[in-house]
Amino acid sequence: MIPEIGQFALILALCLALVQTALPLAGAAAGRAEWMALARPAAAGQFVFVALAFGILEYAFLNDDFSVLFVAQHSNSALPVFYKFTAAWGGHEGSMLFWITVLAIWTLAVAAGSRSQPDEFSSRVLGVLGIVSSGIIAFALFTSNPFIRLASPPADGNDLNPLLQDPGMIIHPPMLYVGYVGMAVPFAFAVAALLTGRLDKNWAKWTRPWTVAAWLFLTCGITLGSWWSYYELGWGGWWFWDPVENSSFMPWLVATALLHSLAVTERRGIFKNWTVLLAIAAFSLSLLGTFLTRSGVLVSVHAFAADPTRGLFILGLLGAFSGGPLLLYAFRASSLEAEGGFKLVSREAFLLANNILLVIAAGAVLFGTLYPLVIDALKLGKISVGTPWFDAMFLVPTLPLAALLGVGMHSIWKTTSGATLVQRLIWPAGIAVAFGVTLPLLAYGKVSPLTAIATVIALWVCAAALLDPIRWWVLRRGAPLTRAQLGMCLAHFGVGVFVLGATFVSAYNVETAVAARAGDRFQVGGYEIVFRGVKHVESANFTAEEGEFEVLKDGRLVTTLSSQQRVYRVQRTETTEAAIDSRLGRDVFIALSKPLGNDAWSVRAQVKPLIRFLWLGPLLMALGGLLAVSDRRYRTVARESAAASRTVPAAGTT
Amino acid sequence: MWRYAIPLVVLAVIAALFYRGLELNPSYVPSALIGKPMPEFVLPTVADSETTLGSRDIAGKVALLNVWGTWCIECRHEHGFLLQLAKSGMPIYGLNLRDERPAALGWLATLGNPYVASASDVDGTVAVDWGVTAAPETFLIGRDGKILFKHISPLTAEVWRRDFVPLIKAQCGASEPGCPQLAAVRAP
Amino acid sequence: MTRLVAIVVGVLLATALRAADVEPPFDDPGLNQRYWGLIREIRCPLCMNESIADSKADVAADLRREVHRLLAEGKSDEEVKDFMSSRYGDFILYRPRVAPVTYALWAGPFVLLVVGSLVFWRIVRNRRDQPLGEDEPG
Repeated sequence: MIPEIGQFALILALCLALVQTALPLAGAAAGRAEWMALARPAAAGQFVFVALAFGILEYAFLNDDFSVLFVAQHSNSALPVFYKFTAAWGGHEGSMLFWITVLAIWTLAVAAGSRSQPDEFSSRVLGVLGIVSSGIIAFALFTSNPFIRLASPPADGNDLNPLLQDPGMIIHPPMLYVGYVGMAVPFAFAVAALLTGRLDKNWAKWTRPWTVAAWLFLTCGITLGSWWSYYELGWGGWWFWDPVENSSFMPWLVATALLHSLAVTERRGIFKNWTVLLAIAAFSLSLLGTFLTRSGVLVSVHAFAADPTRGLFILGLLGAFSGGPLLLYAFRASSLEAEGGFKLVSREAFLLANNILLVIAAGAVLFGTLYPLVIDALKLGKISVGTPWFDAMFLVPTLPLAALLGVGMHSIWKTTSGATLVQRLIWPAGIAVAFGVTLPLLAYGKVSPLTAIATVIALWVCAAALLDPIRWWVLRRGAPLTRAQLGMCLAHFGVGVFVLGATFVSAYNVETAVAARAGDRFQVGGYEIVFRGVKHVESANFTAEEGEFEVLKDGRLVTTLSSQQRVYRVQRTETTEAAIDSRLGRDVFIALSKPLGNDAWSVRAQVKPLIRFLWLGPLLMALGGLLAVSDRRYRTVARESAAASRTVPAAGTT
Repeated sequence: MWRYAIPLVVLAVIAALFYRGLELNPSYVPSALIGKPMPEFVLPTVADSETTLGSRDIAGKVALLNVWGTWCIECRHEHGFLLQLAKSGMPIYGLNLRDERPAALGWLATLGNPYVASASDVDGTVAVDWGVTAAPETFLIGRDGKILFKHISPLTAEVWRRDFVPLIKAQCGASEPGCPQLAAVRAP
Repeated sequence: MTRLVAIVVGVLLATALRAADVEPPFDDPGLNQRYWGLIREIRCPLCMNESIADSKADVAADLRREVHRLLAEGKSDEEVKDFMSSRYGDFILYRPRVAPVTYALWAGPFVLLVVGSLVFWRIVRNRRDQPLGEDEPG
């Protein structure tokens, strides 16, 4: 009975989404205020019914209602309550409902936060969001209904995929979804501006906070995914350039470009074409990612079960949601261009280079991800494009980008004196080169040219980012930093931290695999590991063999670690729970693998230098973004300019 | 002016690629050995560790090499069809992968033995030479000792008719030396 | 050193009883580094996008063993990769070969960089000649 209500709620949500789409958009075109006024109530109503549907799905999980097919496939009575809750997004149908819920929340937020905007504009924004909602809800209802019931329910469910039975499940997917579904907001702002025919600095001021917010969550989501796969999958890797990982990374790259492009549009009123295109591209890449993970077109460990019918539907949505705006863009773009000069050495020029390089980076990732598909479609055979290609090619645009980042931060609008820049930056540059070459050499005794270059660039970015804060706080020189500027420095510092971590863990990671018996000792990366033996462990829904290890350095005990080889009772899958000792400077990573017979076990051990920087860096980026968006400047200026724009009669320009 | 349409064109190309991609199977990887001579090997047989089975024994006739193991659940699904094929005159050789001899013999005794002989590949070295990824896999070998075709997953009558028979027919007429005396092959 | 020998002997004994999925580390650190590098670059032919270093599949273990054996025999990295691709096709290599079918792949990012530079130059050239406008508050 209750699951049927859930399905009905979803149908009502679809109806309201359609209302949210049709009437406000028609109203804006025809100038009818009463239709435009329906946007907010419709959005609120849609949210209520979507939340109800999602709530009912959770209710079904928490009550072990195995008559609901989705619950039967992804839950089990022995599953801990916490995981029953997170299992709602542990499979395709439920995760689509989650997608819809997140979009409804964003829509509600936009509806509430858009009161300072002219109705003609805000109703279009909500209308566009309504189109997206309608499309996705229709997709869920017609191809991926989570409320399908079984006539004869099984006695117990199939259990949640053991890899997902982990605390990371509660934060990684939600953060990721909030992030890349959130890209629909700047997308809606961009399309609304194209429809209105007016794109000015006010538009940029309204759009920017939403973009930063979505970008923030996406940064956290991707970082959490990397960290989660590191400790959950048991082999010590943190990024695999897997198609599904790339699907979340490409929108991030474009969104970062969008953030920066919005800064230029807000300040000078130029780069409008760039900004609109980037906003459309960011969301299109999100949809593309949704397509890749659910259609079976590419192979991935992270992909949901492949279904070409669903793939076709999403492809249709992608075509409509990207193609429509891009068609509109093709017609409107020439009228958007504005005058505004700048010289070669200027903040605008650096941000232009930033846009271009980030787009190249996203393009390269897309190219590498799709290339095997292209070759297969052209009947030229089957090839693989993996980490070696991506690692090498990704550096092509990003190393120059990082190098320019340090300079660009300190450039000023319109024109900057080269001499001033050199004078300011000579110290950070010098420090970077000096330490960048000597530190790895001192620590490891060897350094390859690429490692040296990357380390220099990483330190350069860090030093350049800290320059202004240090001048202001320590040296008491220069102008005080606003919160937004501090946020920018922090975020860019995070970039440097990340590059440093990535460089060191790639260049100086040490690993070994041994067959060990209780009492055996072996060496790895300057540490001695003593294998203490294995004991049997029983838990609610799995049994495990737990190996205990002592980690010693120079004869002294650093820590004791336990790694498990688990077998989950219901699905009979095996997982490895690695043992990790984390310090800022390095991780010691030990994974117990297979029994080899004769009381010997296969053990893998690694020492990973500076790996925490990989996640600390993006965290700092996100914090920087949070700081920037919390600056009241953003919101005050937006309100002032909105009031100003409302006194001008909203001419019914198309 | 026209440059504003470039993003739309890029989208159209990608969408067309995806549309085509929905019909393809990215996990299916055809064998790299097709058209090449079969890899040489000599292994003890499952039946008797003193006797050997090797590529020399298979060469000179149209034959099948079937990769199987007692741990392979899917192999049971094709076993009945293999017995039929063997009975109707098709020579089938087995490559027993990662099994222990007693278990393998027991399996054959219980379910029937369609193989002329089965080679015992305990550590999978020969399987690697043949580009085997898992079981069941079935190779079609021509009279000249070259690999004509490889099928992954259980062999069924439909696959046999669609993929194997045309290749066998192309190699031989009904009563040439080295050709199986199969009704399907003799039929027009 | 004796510990290492003990472990190696232990592994050899274990191998005698049952196929081990762990090859003993090489004494030469250079070889070890090449081994780990290679098994990261070879794709598990059966799995959903994993290297043979990370996969738990039987075929992955067999292939790791082959890589180990070939390195012990003194083969070069290229020879090991040729061994794999002649049996499983180029699909098994995560680093695509530089061949006509992949020229576009390897050239792509550089082409994008060239195009990007041209775009940059064109825009800057246009904007250089435009009036800078009055100053505005930030």
